[in-house]
Amino acid sequence: MSGAPILATRGLVKRFGGVAAVDGVDLVVTAGEIRCLIGPNGAGKSTLFKCLTHQHQPTSGHVLFEGQNLQGLATHRIARLGIAIKNQIPSIYANLDVRENIRLAALRRGLPKRELDRVVELALEEIGFDDRRAKQPAATLSHAHRQWCELGMLLASDPRLALLDEPTAGMTRDEMLKTVDIIKRLNARATVIVVEHDLEFIARLAQRVTVLHRGKVLVEDTMDKVEANETVRDIYLGRKKEAIHAER
Amino acid sequence: MLRQLKHALFPVALVLFAAFGPFVLEPFDLVNLSAFSAMAIAALGLAFVWGTLGILNLGHSVFFGLGAYAYAIAVSNLGDSTLAVLIGTLLPVAFSLILGYFLFFSRLGDVYLGVITLCVTLIFYSFMTSTADPSFHIGPVPLGGFNGITAVPSLNMPGDPQAFLSTEATFSICLLALAGAYILLSFLRSSDAGRIMTAIRESELRSELLGYDIRFYKLVGFAVSAAIAGLGGALYTAVMGFVSPNVFDLPQASQFVLWVIAGGLGTFVGPVAASFGFQLLSSQLGANQIFNTELIFGATIILFVLLAPQGLLPMILKLSKPRFQNRSGILRRKEKPA
Repeated sequence: MSGAPILATRGLVKRFGGVAAVDGVDLVVTAGEIRCLIGPNGAGKSTLFKCLTHQHQPTSGHVLFEGQNLQGLATHRIARLGIAIKNQIPSIYANLDVRENIRLAALRRGLPKRELDRVVELALEEIGFDDRRAKQPAATLSHAHRQWCELGMLLASDPRLALLDEPTAGMTRDEMLKTVDIIKRLNARATVIVVEHDLEFIARLAQRVTVLHRGKVLVEDTMDKVEANETVRDIYLGRKKEAIHAER
Repeated sequence: MLRQLKHALFPVALVLFAAFGPFVLEPFDLVNLSAFSAMAIAALGLAFVWGTLGILNLGHSVFFGLGAYAYAIAVSNLGDSTLAVLIGTLLPVAFSLILGYFLFFSRLGDVYLGVITLCVTLIFYSFMTSTADPSFHIGPVPLGGFNGITAVPSLNMPGDPQAFLSTEATFSICLLALAGAYILLSFLRSSDAGRIMTAIRESELRSELLGYDIRFYKLVGFAVSAAIAGLGGALYTAVMGFVSPNVFDLPQASQFVLWVIAGGLGTFVGPVAASFGFQLLSSQLGANQIFNTELIFGATIILFVLLAPQGLLPMILKLSKPRFQNRSGILRRKEKPA
């Protein structure tokens, strides 16, 4: 935790027609941290991620990654700088086997063959896939295994910053706990920003939490303070927590 | 090891055929099979760019036609066929780089790309048919409008323009070129670059997010397919001794697509087999004059899309697979429905 910012956005705006999905976001993320991004549906979390990777071109504002302005860079150039993303919708090569999926993620690093094989096997090990699973076509994986496959690709691509959009959506608690472990491994090497709704997941991972609401940063603090914040409870956490208590 | 052996089987068969075919076949058949091979080479180009990269190029015939015309013009001007074949291969590459730059860097969708490439080949057809006036000539070679360029010299010994190759030698060269194209494309497909191309076919978004410049890979793949198609076109003209604007027309463009669909998208052996099969059928039907050839082809393509959408070769492999699976005891895919 050196305190140096790895990512800084300044006045980032993304408009779709008349709607500003991201409406002037100033976000600073420190190198090495795990930052959780929360907020109700439509708060602009996924759009923010897509702006950072230029899957959407920001309408205005700047993104600085390790001091470099990302303006005008194509998506693949941003990936080459070391920003990896797992979109909300799983995006893997469905007809290729898991090992090939992960190999393709590592291939871009231009490693010698032996080193490449080592990186691929290490990533498979880190997501807990045995050889039989690694030979399976990605399309035949269960939902949770698909998410892990994609996380494995991120691990193998050795990013400086990993953006994870709802990595535990639709998972059981056990699966969520395994995902926490994988993300901790990822965080040992990279800064992580993760969008999530699962409070236990956030509590287990995040040091700081940023709350987005209607395209703006509402609060940024530790999880305890955010949970205690009245406005946040009103717009998001309050309802969500009650729902969780009701379930129990 | 066994897999590699299986991959080597097809080119080895082609090489054997190239070596022994001249001893068992009539000259008429040799000429026919030479032309079929030239067409099959061009079909391989489409099988690669469509099957590996996922680019549906409906106007693949433009590269075939450019190769054919480039050979005809070059060989008549230069007198030597070796350089002419090279020019027939490289001119389509140059054109594909220009066309591909606009297609891929503007990020056109699949359908638009297919429509535009088809239009491009039809524009060439239209242009070439309107070159009947003697003022259209390159060197001493008139472009000839509808009739095209006739009396194109065939292949000669490299460096000796007077020593024309025999029918037998030309046959062997065409089949060896087919084997060479097959080996080259198979090698490319299994290389790291080829695996990235396959990945791009599977998901453009994921490939971009991993840091691959998909426009670049598509441009390279497009150029490779143009080279292969151009080589096919050049050899075709060398074998037939003439070239006409029909190399650019709609039936020609759709034939390549038909062969790849019928043979099996994603395979190389399938489209080659299909191109030989359909050309054989076409020459038989043409000789008998009973049915309209294009009617038969149209019906076939519909039948294939309906009954065997994956193509002939993948269908045969699929039908024969359960038995193999039982024998080796591998039933993994059946145990695990997604």
